[in-house]
Amino acid sequence: MSELGIVYALLGAAVAVLLAGAGSSIGVGIAGQAAAGVVTEDPSKFAKVLIMQLLPGTQGIYGLLVGFIVLSKVGLLGGGAAALTPQTGLMILAACLPIGIVGLISGKYQGKTSAAAIGIVAKKPDQFGKAMLFPAMVETYAILALLISILAVTNIPV
Amino acid sequence: MAELYTYAVARIRALEVALFTSSTIEQLMGCKTEEQALQFLTEKGWGDADTPLNADAILTREREKIWETMNELGVDMSIFDVLSYPNLFHNLKAAVKEVCIKGEHQAAFYTDCAIKREEMLRIVREKDFSKLPEHMQLAAKDAYETLLHTKDGQRCDIIIDRATLDAIYEAGQASKEEIIRDYAEETVAVTDIKIAVRSQKTGKPLEFMKMALAECKSMDVNHLAHAALSGMDAICEYLTSIGYGGAAEALQESASAFERWCDNRMIETIRPQKYNAFTVGPLVAYVIARENEIKTVRIVLTGIQNDMPEEVIRERVREMYV
Repeated sequence: MSELGIVYALLGAAVAVLLAGAGSSIGVGIAGQAAAGVVTEDPSKFAKVLIMQLLPGTQGIYGLLVGFIVLSKVGLLGGGAAALTPQTGLMILAACLPIGIVGLISGKYQGKTSAAAIGIVAKKPDQFGKAMLFPAMVETYAILALLISILAVTNIPV
Repeated sequence: MAELYTYAVARIRALEVALFTSSTIEQLMGCKTEEQALQFLTEKGWGDADTPLNADAILTREREKIWETMNELGVDMSIFDVLSYPNLFHNLKAAVKEVCIKGEHQAAFYTDCAIKREEMLRIVREKDFSKLPEHMQLAAKDAYETLLHTKDGQRCDIIIDRATLDAIYEAGQASKEEIIRDYAEETVAVTDIKIAVRSQKTGKPLEFMKMALAECKSMDVNHLAHAALSGMDAICEYLTSIGYGGAAEALQESASAFERWCDNRMIETIRPQKYNAFTVGPLVAYVIARENEIKTVRIVLTGIQNDMPEEVIRERVREMYV
């Protein structure tokens, strides 16, 4: 049996972790710059802007979760890799694409929205709840992608 | 790179909280004596612990703070060049007069400029105009020779003022930043209106206005000059027809209302930057807003110093950015 199937499956896990993680790091980085700007002038807002900065970090966690499920599914975590056909491996790779791609894009844009929302917290700290909702809206689409990726990976017969 | 200004804009947002609102200015106007007003300003964080309790020292320190903050933001400071043109050209004007007319005019120089008093005086004295920025060279030479040969100080002023407007407008046109383009356009347009109004009041000829008025997109300066020749009503009519109805209304109200309108117009232009999170716009807007704030505080303090009635001060108080 060719090992191409397991290669494709691992590629899927890598795509999920890499792209979603990259999206989160970009997003957290953007929001972190804005948070640093506010804390430079007003350190008392540290806790509030830190929460805002962390919001785009979830995509990376989602990617990691899908990566774990894939590794577990193909038996790599248990020590014995399953014998996968190339078709099955490709199916797993395709299942990982939603969280990978959506994680990358939504992470970046959630970071930008968080940075803008940090501007609200800087001027009106009492509006923190409302300010947090704007970046949280972007999260919806990362969750949808996560859902599809998990459903697809878990339902592929191995 | 949209993220280039993320840190700077967020920091500016935090600083905007400390900008004076209209109600803070009202509170300042409520102070009965200058000492009370200065005390109020120091309580609001104006000046430093070692700044003497006098208006000039506090306001000068606040102006310095603006540029200290901008320097700390780690952005390319050349984006603010256009804001310094009026002061830079003013220093040129002061140097030309000092060299040609003789006599000390140290107080007439701005100190926070790229070219300091001594260097500007050396350039003019040695006619080393090539050391000036390109947009200043021709005007400097022209103004120097005009004043030297004709002793006509007003003509010298017009040459340099016109060069200032042209430089601002060109910088605006060349800039990729919307805020700089808007600032340049509004500055030139509002200054043209001021020139037309003053020319009408002092009965200046068409040639004078053609020399003083700078071209801009918002208005046809030729039309404005001819309107100024016809009278104040013609100016108001023309201004209303091109969307400057507020200026016409202010002109009909009083001279100080018109001056206030000119500054308020700039604040209106920069106000959308309050909602911009990633460009240089909020930074430039903050500098303009701070300068407007300092100018307004100076007006109020001058009013209190001279026991002016509250309504007279109120008529001159500018709109605040926040």
